[in-house]
Formats: sequence, C-alpha cells, structure tokens
Amino acid sequence: MPTIYIDDQALEVAQGENILEACLNAGMDLPYFCWHPAMGSIGSCRQCALVQYQNEEDTKGRIVMGCMTPVTEGARFSLSADNAGEFREAVVESLMLNHPHDCPVCGEGGECHLQDMTVMVGHRDRRYTGKKNTHRNQYLGPLIHHEMNRCITCYRCERYYRDYAGGKDLAAQASHDHVYFGRHEEGVLQSEFSGNLVEVCPTGVFTDKPFLKHYSRKWDLQSAPSICSGCAVGCNIAPGERYGRLKRVHNRYNHEVNGYFLCDRGRFGSGYINSDARLDYAGIKKPDGSFMAVHQQQAIDTAVGWIKNKKVAGIGSPRASLEANYLLRELVGAANFVPGFSDREAAILSTIVRTLKTTTAANPSIKQMEAADAILILGEDVTNTAPRVALGLRQSVRNKAFELAAQMGLPQWQDAAVRNLAQDQRSPMIIVSAMDTRLDDVASQCISLPADDIAAFGYGVAKALSGEKMDDEAVNQVADILFAANSPLVISGTSMLHEGIINSAVAVAEQLHTSGKSSMLSLCVAESNSLGLALLVDDGQSDRAASIPKLAKRASKLDAVIILENTLERRGASGEIQQLFDADSKVISMDILENTTLGNSDLVLPAASYAESQGTLVSSEGRAQRYFPVYQPSAERLPSWQWLLKLAAGCECSELAELEYFDQVVAACANSQPALAQLVDVAPLRDYRNQGLKIPRQTHRYSGRTAMNAGVSVHEPQQPKDTQSPLAFSMEGLNRDEPASLIPYVWSPGWNSNQSLQKFQAEVDGPLKGGTSGAHLISSDGLGAVQPQVSVTANLKPHQWHLVPVHRVHGSDEMSINTDEVAELAGRPFIAIGEKLAEKLGVVEGDGLLVTQHKAEFSLEVKILSRVAKNCVGFSAGYSETLELQPGDLVTLVKDESWVYPTPTMIATDRGAAHV
Amino acid sequence: MEKVLTRNIGADLKPTGLNAYEANGGYQGLRKALAELSPKDCQDVISASNLRGRGGAGFPTGMKWSFVPMGDRCTPGHKYLVCNADEMEPGAFKDRLLMEYDPHQLIEGMILSAYTIGADISYIFIRGEYVVAIQRLRDALAECYAAGYLGDNILGSGFSLKMYVHPSAGRYICGEETALINALEGKRANPRAKPPFPQVSGLWGRPTIVNNVETLCNISHIIYRGADWFNSLGVGEDSGTKMFGVSGRVKNPGCWELPMGTPIREIIEDHAGGMQEGLQLKGFLPGGGSTDFLTHEHLDLAMDYNVIGKAGSRMGTGTMIILDDQTCPVGMVLNLIRFFAHESCGFCTPCRDGLPWSRQVLEDIESGHGQAEDLETLAYQIGYIGAIGNTHCALAPGAMEPLQSALKYFRDDFDRHISGGCCPYHTTRGA
Repeated sequence: MPTIYIDDQALEVAQGENILEACLNAGMDLPYFCWHPAMGSIGSCRQCALVQYQNEEDTKGRIVMGCMTPVTEGARFSLSADNAGEFREAVVESLMLNHPHDCPVCGEGGECHLQDMTVMVGHRDRRYTGKKNTHRNQYLGPLIHHEMNRCITCYRCERYYRDYAGGKDLAAQASHDHVYFGRHEEGVLQSEFSGNLVEVCPTGVFTDKPFLKHYSRKWDLQSAPSICSGCAVGCNIAPGERYGRLKRVHNRYNHEVNGYFLCDRGRFGSGYINSDARLDYAGIKKPDGSFMAVHQQQAIDTAVGWIKNKKVAGIGSPRASLEANYLLRELVGAANFVPGFSDREAAILSTIVRTLKTTTAANPSIKQMEAADAILILGEDVTNTAPRVALGLRQSVRNKAFELAAQMGLPQWQDAAVRNLAQDQRSPMIIVSAMDTRLDDVASQCISLPADDIAAFGYGVAKALSGEKMDDEAVNQVADILFAANSPLVISGTSMLHEGIINSAVAVAEQLHTSGKSSMLSLCVAESNSLGLALLVDDGQSDRAASIPKLAKRASKLDAVIILENTLERRGASGEIQQLFDADSKVISMDILENTTLGNSDLVLPAASYAESQGTLVSSEGRAQRYFPVYQPSAERLPSWQWLLKLAAGCECSELAELEYFDQVVAACANSQPALAQLVDVAPLRDYRNQGLKIPRQTHRYSGRTAMNAGVSVHEPQQPKDTQSPLAFSMEGLNRDEPASLIPYVWSPGWNSNQSLQKFQAEVDGPLKGGTSGAHLISSDGLGAVQPQVSVTANLKPHQWHLVPVHRVHGSDEMSINTDEVAELAGRPFIAIGEKLAEKLGVVEGDGLLVTQHKAEFSLEVKILSRVAKNCVGFSAGYSETLELQPGDLVTLVKDESWVYPTPTMIATDRGAAHV
Repeated sequence: MEKVLTRNIGADLKPTGLNAYEANGGYQGLRKALAELSPKDCQDVISASNLRGRGGAGFPTGMKWSFVPMGDRCTPGHKYLVCNADEMEPGAFKDRLLMEYDPHQLIEGMILSAYTIGADISYIFIRGEYVVAIQRLRDALAECYAAGYLGDNILGSGFSLKMYVHPSAGRYICGEETALINALEGKRANPRAKPPFPQVSGLWGRPTIVNNVETLCNISHIIYRGADWFNSLGVGEDSGTKMFGVSGRVKNPGCWELPMGTPIREIIEDHAGGMQEGLQLKGFLPGGGSTDFLTHEHLDLAMDYNVIGKAGSRMGTGTMIILDDQTCPVGMVLNLIRFFAHESCGFCTPCRDGLPWSRQVLEDIESGHGQAEDLETLAYQIGYIGAIGNTHCALAPGAMEPLQSALKYFRDDFDRHISGGCCPYHTTRGA
C-alpha cells in the first residue's frame, strides 16, 4: 500500500488506483466530470486538478489531473493550493460560458452534478460577455429528452453509449466549442440501455422524457429501495413518487448486480403503475358480465364465503412476491397449489432448480460474469431476455484488453489508452443461437442452429472437453477456447423453452469442472420471481403434476380457484384454461392491471404494484432481494400478501391467522422450505433502527408536505405510518450508513446528484458501506448436475418452418408493455425471417406474412434478420397478439397480399415542429 | 553552404523524378544500409547525428526511435512508421516544398526509418489541401514499387515495407502525432493521453513512430554520409541544416535551406531581403504561429533550439512570421487565437472553452470595446490555458505563446486600444 501526501496529510492508498479515486476514498471533495467509476479516466474535463510537488522542498509544483495520475509511493499533492483551486474554478467558469443557466426549467435541477461542482469550486461571477453557442436539439425517441445547449462536453455520454454499452447511433460530432453529442439524424436511440444517459450525463442534456411530463424535483420525490420486476436479473432500483404517482425509476447501486446501470425496460417500463387500467376497487361480477365495485371488507366477506371450508385451489405467479405465493400456497394447501408457469416452463425450471442445487459450476453475479475470459452462450439473446447481464458481458469481452494493458503496466482506468491498445481484440464469446442476437457485434463467433442442434452443439462441446474428438471442427474449437480460459462462463436460459439446450449448457459447465476448470454457469429465467416460485414448489422430486391445464380440467370439482397476479392466457394451453373459467367454481383473482384473467373472474381484488408493496424476489442468480413500498397504495388497493392474510383470517386458517407483520410472513416462508431458509437475512426486520431512527423515504428538503394535497382537501392528512419496515414515509430519520438493502436514495452534503453514491460506497466502485443487498438462497451440494442427452432434430416437410421465439426488451414483457413509451417502442407483433427466405417469399421488411400454425392463421409484419438458422423463423415472443404461437411449432408462410400498411402512430412522443 | 535537403530543387522548380533522384545519389543511403548496416547500426548513426525533430518540438529523433521495442521485446505484429505531412502551422510551408519537388528524398528517408525501427507498414499522412504534393508522392510511390524500393524483399534484403499516402480530412490538430494516429484509424482527431507513447502503443495499438517530413528527409543523407558529417553542417549548437522560412511584409518572403544556427538577422535581412519600404520590424514569431514573439533585441540570436528557447520562444518549425510597425499586434494575435480556437479538437475544457473566451476578449479590445480589466482577464487566461499540463495536449499552450509575448512586448498597443476605444492602426493606415 503506497503512502501519498495530500496537503501534507499521509494517506495509505491502494496500489493501482489514481489520485482522484484516492481522494474520494479519503472522503475529500475533489470535483470531476468526465471520470466515471465504471468507465475510468480520459482526462478531458480537467476538473480534478491538483498540484503535484516533486518533493518536500518543491513549493511551486505543477498542475496534474487526479484522474490521470497513478498513485506512487511518497508522491505529494495539494488539493487546497491556491493555484489548484483557481484552476478548478477556471474550468467551471469556462464550462459555464455556453451553459444556458436554465436550472429553473431543467429536469436535472436539484440533482445536477454541474450545479454541485460549480458550488464546490466556488465559481460565482461571470466574466465572459460574449454570446453563448446554441445547438439544435434532436428527437431521440420517447425515452430520452435532448437539450444540447446544456452540454459541458465531458464526453461521458458518448463513452457510455458507444464504448461501454456498444451503441452505434450516438456520437461526438463537430469540434472546438461546437462539439455535438447526438445522432447522425433525429430518431429513436437504438440501444436497450439508452436510459443510463440520464444518469451518466452530469447535467441536463439527456433527461428522462416520461419523467419530464409529470416532473418533480429530486428533493420532492419519495423513494424506497426496490427491485426491478422487468426480468429475472434483479437489478436494484430506486423508484421515486409524488402525488401518488410513480414519477421515475433511478438506478440503485448494487456492487454485484447492476452496478450503475439499468436497461430501458427497467428504467422506463413502470409507467403502467400510473395507468388508467389499474384496478381501484374490488369487483364482483354481475350476471351481465360487468363488475360491481365493492369495498374491501365486502370483497373479503364474499371471498371467504366462497372458500371457507371449501375445496379451493390456487394459482401462483412468477411475477408476484415469494411471500404472496407462499401465503396462497398455505391458504389452499400445497396439494392444491399450482405455481402458474406454463407446463413447458415448469419442467425447465424444475431442471434448473435441480441443477443449481447440485452443480459444480458457480452461479455468477454480473460482477463475476464481468471477470469471465471466455463465454459460450447457448440459445439465449441475453440482451433481450436478461438485458443487464448482456451489458455485463460487453465488459467481459474486454478482459483481453485488460490483459494486454497489464502486460504494458497500463492501469485499467486508463480507459482511452486501454481501448487504443486493444482496438478490437476481445476475449472470446461464442454465441450459438437460432437467430441474430444483440451481442453478435462483440462475439468472436456466431453459429446459427435450430433449437435441437444448439443442444447437440452444447453436448458436443461437453464431449470434446472430455477429450473426445468431434466431427464438427467448430465444436472442437469452442471446447479448446473454453478449456484455455481461466474463468469460462456458460450462459443459457429458458427463452427458447427447450430443455435440451439448458441441459447441454449444464453438461458443458460440468465437464469444464471435471476437466479441472472453475466454471460459471448462468441460466436466465423469464420473470422477476420465476426462480423463487420454482424454489417454493420444489420438493426435490421431479414431480411435474401440478399444472394449470390439469387444474383446469378438474375445476368443476372445485368450489373456488384463487389466482394470484397471473394472466393465464400467457401460460399456454388456452383451450384448457377456458375450462377453468367455464366451470361453476368461483374464480377469485387479484392483480394490478386489467387483463383477460380478471375479466373472466367472479371476484377481482385490486393488488398493489411493486412500488406500493413489500416482497421478495429471487433473481436467476438465486439472489433473494427485498423491495419496499415507495408509497402507500391508493384507493382500495392492497398488496397481494395482505389480501391473502385477510382471506386467511376470514377463513380462520389457523397457521396464517396469527400473522400480522410482513416479517412474520417472511419467517414462516423461510421455515417452509430448507432452500428458503436464508430469506430472513434478505433485509433487516421492521424494528431495525439506524442510530435509533427510521430511514426516511423523503429527502430532508421534501417540500409541501402539509400542503401538497390542499387542492383536494385543506385538511392536513396524518403522515402515513410504516409499521412493516424500517423505512418511514417521512423526512425524519437517518439516510446514512444503513444496510445496503435499505438505502432509499443517495444524497450527501454538497453532492445532490447521483454522484453522491461515492459517499455511500466503502471505496470508489466498491461495495456499499452497508454491504451488498440480497441473500443467496441456493447453495449447491457440488456433487455435479447430471443431465440426460437430447433428442434428435425432427424432419421437416418442405415449406415448413420451426418457430423460434424472438424476445424484445420492449414488447415481450407483460407488464411494461402497458407503459405508453414501451408500447410505442415495441411496435407491432412480427415474424422474423432471413434474407433468403424473404426473397423466396417475395417480401421485404414491413410487408405482411400469413403464418399458419395448425389451423390458426396470423397476419404478421415481416422483420428481416441477418442471421437465421436453417428452417427457422422467429416470432415476437410475449406480444399479446402472438401468445398462441409456441416455440418449436411448425408453421407455413405465405405473403399476405391483403396486408394493410399501417401509418405509424405516435403514442407517447412529443415529436413535431414545436419541439425543434 | 552545402545544400542537402534542397540539392535536387533547382531554380526552375521542377519536380525530381526517380531517374533524376537516383542520378544525384538517390537511394544510395538505402542501398548502403540494406547491404551493410543493421537496424541497430542505423539507430546508432541517427542517435549520434543529434538530429532533432523538425516538426516543432525538436525532440531528438534517435531517442524517439530508441523507445520502439525491438526483437524479442516486441510482441508479434505490425510496427508502423508514419510521416507527419499535415503541415498546418500558420506560417509554415517548408514541408510542401520538400514533398512537391523531391518526393523521393522523403520516401527514401521513410524506408530507412522503417528499416531502423522494424516497421513493415508506413503512411504519409498529408494535409488534404496539398493536392500537388499528394499526386507527386503517389507517382513517386508507384515508381518505387516498380523499382523494387518498396514492397516485398526490398533490393533483395529480405526487408519488406508498404507505403501509403493518406490525405487528411483536414484539421490542424491532426499535426499532433496522437491525434494524427486517431485520424488514421478513422476516429475523431483528438490527441491521446501519454503515456503510453506511440512508440509502444500507437497506430492500431502497435509500436509506431511519427516523424515530420523534414526530419525524415534528413535520414538518407545521415545514413549515407554519417553522423560526423551531419554534425559538421550546423554553425551553432544543433546539427544539420534546416528549412527556414519568412513570411510577412518583407521584400522577399520565402523558404531557404540554411545551416542550423544561422543568425536570425541573416535570415531576415539577407535571405528575405529585409522589411518592405517604409516599414519597420516590430517583432516576429520565430517558429510559426504558436511561438512567442521576439523583437529587435533578438535579431542576432542563432536559430538553434536551445538559444531560441532561452530567449523565451521556440524555434518551432523555423518558419518566421514578421510583424511590422504598421500592422496591429492585437489584430495579429486575435487572428491567431481565432485560428487556434477554431482548430481546437474540443476534447479538453481549457482549450475548447478557454480559447474562444480569449478570442472574445481580444475581439472586444480590437473593436474598441475593451475594458481595463480585460488585460487582467487575458493574463488570467494565459495562466489557465497556457501551462503545459493544464491542457490535454500542446495546442492551447502554443496558442497562448503569441498572446503572452504580445502582452509583454506590445502592452502599449493593447492599452491604446482600450483607452482610445478603437484600433489605432486602422486610423493611421486609413484601412
């Protein structure tokens, strides 16, 4: 550990870090702009200047940039020297020459790093008397608002978007003081990670467009620690609320999971929570099929009448919390509980759970995946099914660059230098998939195969790793690459709904272990709590009896069925499911948004969204994480777990009737399954106090607390009490040094922006002072997962194609699609084909194709892909119009001559002349 | 004096083709090196010759080359030699002369340099406006490939080299060697942070040497005739000859090859013919637009790197710009600052936003709207922008050099602009 001196204060610093990091780690306030903990240094803004002295006698010194200066033993610096301070002030003064000073109308105001740094350097009076440069702003799509005049040219956006996230359509253009960051022409940003520009930009050039439409200052937002429910990655988020509306979602740092970045589904896909399609009141179906709104108690009484001492079954949900699923399962009895997956998915998840409990491979966090030096992806378009993982994989392939840099003694944070050195040399990443994936651009090899052949390829690699020489040279090569690596990573997932692919991935990972390698195996699952639910129902047997169709078939023998936050039409077997609704048994559903299942139910109960309730989700990494209510549910909504507790109480269900607090539910749930035992460690209990205080959801500057609802009622409502968690719906309390799972927002004196995060980190880019949120539920016995061999490829008739699901960040997810901006980006359902097939069918992108499967016919828009496996066509997975299509189905294709080309509709954007 | 660099450039200004070049001893240096000298030998000769970079910084060429990893110390792959022919320094036109009239001299120097550092690919990164030079270089390259001076197994030596002419898309900053490398890679022409230096991680991340045209033109002569001969050419501290240029209101502006260390007065009075009738010398920028003004008192200094450096300026490209007594120094500095502000790549703050600020203050002063405190602001800016290390590269500190020296030598002119509320030169000249 070298010792450096800053203003004669000796600091023990970590070898290999730079002076800016050392200063921040020491708690010093050294301003910066272009440096970013995840993106390293380039030295462009010149803000983090200090004076470096040759030795103790040197009194003059010279200005150096903290971010570009490595720590060296005995090096002497001054942060407070006059010339350093003057220089830093001069930098801000010159950045301010062209800045519009439009803070009052800027979406960044109050959480602007530029504001903070301006105050920090002490710049106040403007000497420049010339005109300011102005720029034209661009329309960048429905998510990102562009205001170039505010730009201070720190290059962070370009470096994030292109270098870090692999985007192609945003760049630095022009030069001198006309540098412009934008697209080559107006249009929707193409990256799935564009939203991070909002947090990466130190000022208000890129701001959250949906947020601007119902804008509140950061200081007026009420926030809580939460977990993204957009997919199974389990990114940590900090949603903010005001006036009963979810205003925005910000990243919440988790060192091991999402770090500083979210995908656009996670950031922008929660608009449905404010949707008019939310249920406000419970409803009882009237004979004419419409619903009569009833109060909570009436609804509960009705439901209790239907279920008390009756034959009742329950259908759980992979998008509901573990606790709600647990309560439903207890309420109806394990034998009457169906987890609510489709049959195919249930089978695969059961395999995955078995694998995770036995495998010799590590189930890595994103942070660990970033350390992989060779990656094999089998069948998964990770960017669209587990987006944040894909962003991590884009960093993994840079390990080659870091290796080259290390040989030259170049530190990793020398970002531009490392990239210039390595150019396009990357660590190997082999993608075996049916169609193009959004990681193809950084893959060393892309192999297009139909689903069965992907599995066969995987098994082949496993065999080749065992020393067998395979006929397919590509298989041998991949095996060699994985074997040569230090930390090989195998990725697969459920998106193809193909058990063989998963099994082959497991086989590769296991064989790597047998060959003496420490391998990583990451299996993506579909929904935010798929794995948690699979763990809950896993009894160690491969009994897959409990399924929705089987339940539907015996529905007539039941008195009632309770459905928890599940849209059954998304679970396949539509015919059988209709039997459930047609039977005489009563159907009680609780959910967040109107959907077909609710419409078919006899009693509907309005459930709180993730932003209004508390729960635990288990990510595909096996990490259980807690989300807390950001605000209290309005109208008659209740979190599902509370609905279920009320039903249990009404039924005098002895074990459940005693439960009152969420913590008790968690404890009961943890006791129910050995695999869930760690649940109690996920977050502190409700009686946790931070130095005697609760943790405030509101900032210390929260305004209008007594008056903000005066437009509705002049009576000041009582501040809501949170009896269920250590958080308070209040400004009072202490948001500092608490456990990581309880941090509602980041703020520190002088650091109003998200850059205040470094005050919460134990060290720059390290874990939080309060640890890392979540608890790992699954520990493997390490005996090794054994998987059966895969079946062979079916013979196709001429002109028949295998359907392959094509997932989209915007469109495939059930909930986020109900957000206007996401719906706009999702576009229409599509059929994806290769160029050759398109030529043969006489269609081009945007034409229509008639897709015939069994007897059903779909007219779908054509998308052309660059890389498609033989006999495969893709379809838009998860889109409500194509739910009937199933992976692996055989279809025939004909051009739709009567295809109507719809005129593009703008739903959520403000594009138009007035904007420019 | 013996002509070295311009030996093939006659008064008739006809370009030198391969035959004429060979007839006057051309490619003898290359033949000698490939037959008799190892790359190490060549390196030693260049180091001993004390050749210093002619692009402006004056860095010893031999030392620059010595940082290139050789033999086993170098990872497998290409090494590159790049000729910096992006001559855009205000007042400089020496490289154009050398390339237009004797392209083979440059090419031979490049082949020898590539041989010395073990490069197998070379580029001439040339200013896009130099259309005549581009064409002549391309013609010369074709001749060389045909004659076996370029390509595989040059002259049967086993040494192979490819050479390309790459016209720049334009921008002054491409003359900065790492910005040039970025531009060659098709990226934004922003300078790179150093270290790592291009010698170890340059073009495409590989070892790369970037040298100025004039520097490379010296190589074949040094290899052929030896370091001692080259050392004997200078009349002062530095070795060799140098292309010196004079522009401004002198009788005979132009460019001449003269020994290193030629006194300034001799260049201005003998070669440039002295000032035009009715004009007095007020000051001059000795090495192009990004060097400090010198004045009468410096006329007898020798044009050597260290001598000019001690006088408070830089020899730069050796192409002087003369300021006469009837041209407004504020206007001249403003013109230069406008150029540099416009040519900033926009990467670092002091340069990108600081230079336009200086430009604005100077515009105020020149147009008669200056305030007394403007001079303090300018002094402040010089401290902020002008110090090496404050900025990412040397462009902005270079831009501050004429400004800071103008404030030192011509302070009175600034004051007169401010107190008089107009440019005094415009009134006297009636322009």
